[in-house]
Amino acid sequence: MTDTTIDTRITRRFAALAAEGRPALVTFVTAGDPDLDTSLAIVRALPAAGADVIELGMPFSDPMADGPAIQAAGKRALDAGQTLPKTLELVRRFRAADAVTPIVLMGYYNPIYIYGVDRFCADAVAAGVDGLIVVDLPPEADDELCLPARAVGLNFVRLATPTTDDARLPAVLANASGFVYYVSINGITGSAAPDAGAVAGAVDRIKRHTGLPVAVGFGVRTADQARAIGGNADGVVVGSALVAAIAASLDAGRATARTVPAVTALVAELAAGVRAARARAAE
Amino acid sequence: MTTIANSLRNGPDERGFFGLYGGRFVAETLMPLILELEQAYEDAKADPAFAAELADLSVHYAGRPSPLYYAERLTEHCRALTGGKFGAEIWMKREELNHTGSHKINNCLGQILLARRMGKTRIIAETGAGQHGVASATVSARFGLPCMVYMGATDVERQKPNVFRMKLLGAEVTPVTSGAGTLKDAMNEALRDWVTNIDNTYYLIGTAAGPHPYPAMVRDFQSVIGTETKEQFLAAKGKLPDAVIACIGGGSNAIGLFHPFLDDPGVAIWGVEAGGHGIDVENGHAASMTGGRPGVLHGNRTYLLQDADGQILEGHSISAGLDYPGVGPEHSWLRDSGRVTYVPATDREALDAFMLCSKLEGIIPALEPSHALAQVLKMAPTMDKSQSIVLCLSGRGDKDVFSVAEHLGERM
Repeated sequence: MTDTTIDTRITRRFAALAAEGRPALVTFVTAGDPDLDTSLAIVRALPAAGADVIELGMPFSDPMADGPAIQAAGKRALDAGQTLPKTLELVRRFRAADAVTPIVLMGYYNPIYIYGVDRFCADAVAAGVDGLIVVDLPPEADDELCLPARAVGLNFVRLATPTTDDARLPAVLANASGFVYYVSINGITGSAAPDAGAVAGAVDRIKRHTGLPVAVGFGVRTADQARAIGGNADGVVVGSALVAAIAASLDAGRATARTVPAVTALVAELAAGVRAARARAAE
Repeated sequence: MTTIANSLRNGPDERGFFGLYGGRFVAETLMPLILELEQAYEDAKADPAFAAELADLSVHYAGRPSPLYYAERLTEHCRALTGGKFGAEIWMKREELNHTGSHKINNCLGQILLARRMGKTRIIAETGAGQHGVASATVSARFGLPCMVYMGATDVERQKPNVFRMKLLGAEVTPVTSGAGTLKDAMNEALRDWVTNIDNTYYLIGTAAGPHPYPAMVRDFQSVIGTETKEQFLAAKGKLPDAVIACIGGGSNAIGLFHPFLDDPGVAIWGVEAGGHGIDVENGHAASMTGGRPGVLHGNRTYLLQDADGQILEGHSISAGLDYPGVGPEHSWLRDSGRVTYVPATDREALDAFMLCSKLEGIIPALEPSHALAQVLKMAPTMDKSQSIVLCLSGRGDKDVFSVAEHLGERM
């Protein structure tokens, strides 16, 4: 059985929402997009707008699993000078005013490898990070980061995909904790909308293998989709739509007075969607 | 095959590692595909019919074996610099005479047979200078499979003749505008395509890099270079050469030449990276082993050009085929082990070697092996006349005449 003993803000938040009877809204934005100060303002505004879990992208020069929207967000952040130490600093500043909202850092392995795995894990915990999602570290590479992260009490959130069959799922789930991130489509972030029926079947399949909450992402952009997927998923992840809203609010690449409200308005819509999910499912 | 316990030719291990390097650092969506590919390749290796079909195509379609040629006038040139006292014989393994004009066809033929065997119906590939794109388009045409080539928008602009060649061969060329629009960005985009079209698509990687099993598989398909070299040199001289040398971008022609010689301690092995404007120039070269450090990109751990935050740098070289911020993982391992010596050659040195080879041998080499030739021109005069160096002349220079003209200030 999957080890769920690593208790973090993530596990506590999912447990509380399960008791409440609704799925979590998991929001993704890229750290430092479009600049560090605006990014901090966005992240600080997310919980009040209805985000239950915050995924914070660690920008990387070569985001192989991401579609155009998140690629562009990462490039804006890097062009504005974002680095991994600055991303940790952003979490530290957020955490100073919010002790409960879970933060998951999401990205690619190389910047962490260069920062130094042990130092990164220690600094992430100290900054108030709860979990990690590292796209290019499959379970075959668990000794790289997953196990050191677990050792210091970080959740290592695993991606499962439509290609992850029943034979492979146990390996994928072996060292997973926090929640399982089900990638709803074969493809990159922000692709075609997932088929809600197929996703529901996949979520049930994963739940037969684990007691961990299952959140669904890739291609979810509207409140309607969030409501449909939230019918049996424990969380709905929205990323590309939020960073696209940031992009649309910019003026010549720079933040405007519309930038933070553009994100919070969309998050509020999506939050209404996940809150309606089970009500609708019960109809 | 018998395994020698302390052979340098046993890698990678079952997880795809050459020591610290290599591995399978890919997204979960790709992991089952990579495992399927590994199994399919293991099956193909054990099937004599696969080897027989590849051998037949290599002879009748690609034109193998390629000649091993004694470059008499370059040898004399180097000897003259020492007053006739020193100067190793310079030999060339003529991979530029292969169909499509480079070593790339060796790998493409092997992989297209594998793709067919796996029942895949669509080929994707990345390309920098266009040599691998042309070779991929060629084998796709030969086997009637649609081919999509991802090429950085910057490279599309500076390699127009190869873009047109690919289109003539029926391939679709997609310019990639993300990042700086060069080879690494093309590889990112090919990976994005693969993850989206997993059922029917085969990703034909052009160099001995990427997630396991690609580095080992591409090496195996390219090892025909070193195997033939060994036989041909033995037949010509009754011994092994004193040194073999090749240029390194991703390093597929080099590992193909080197691998059969790794357990021959009497053969010195040299790899030559693109020194660009000079190793000391920040982001001004593409010498990942001389001027980079280990990191993880495109599915493997290897030496990479990167900044202090682990962001990948673009690199620079006069040769678009060497303009890649990484290198095949087996090279990283061979570097650390000390078996192979890796050195840089600058744009200028490569250009000078390009000119000299054209004038003295009547062979216009590609700019990529011109880097290796630049190192040969430094080494040969220091070696005894009884010694020999074999250079892998990995490609012909027709594709480079426009950019060379530009560097020389000639209008065409």
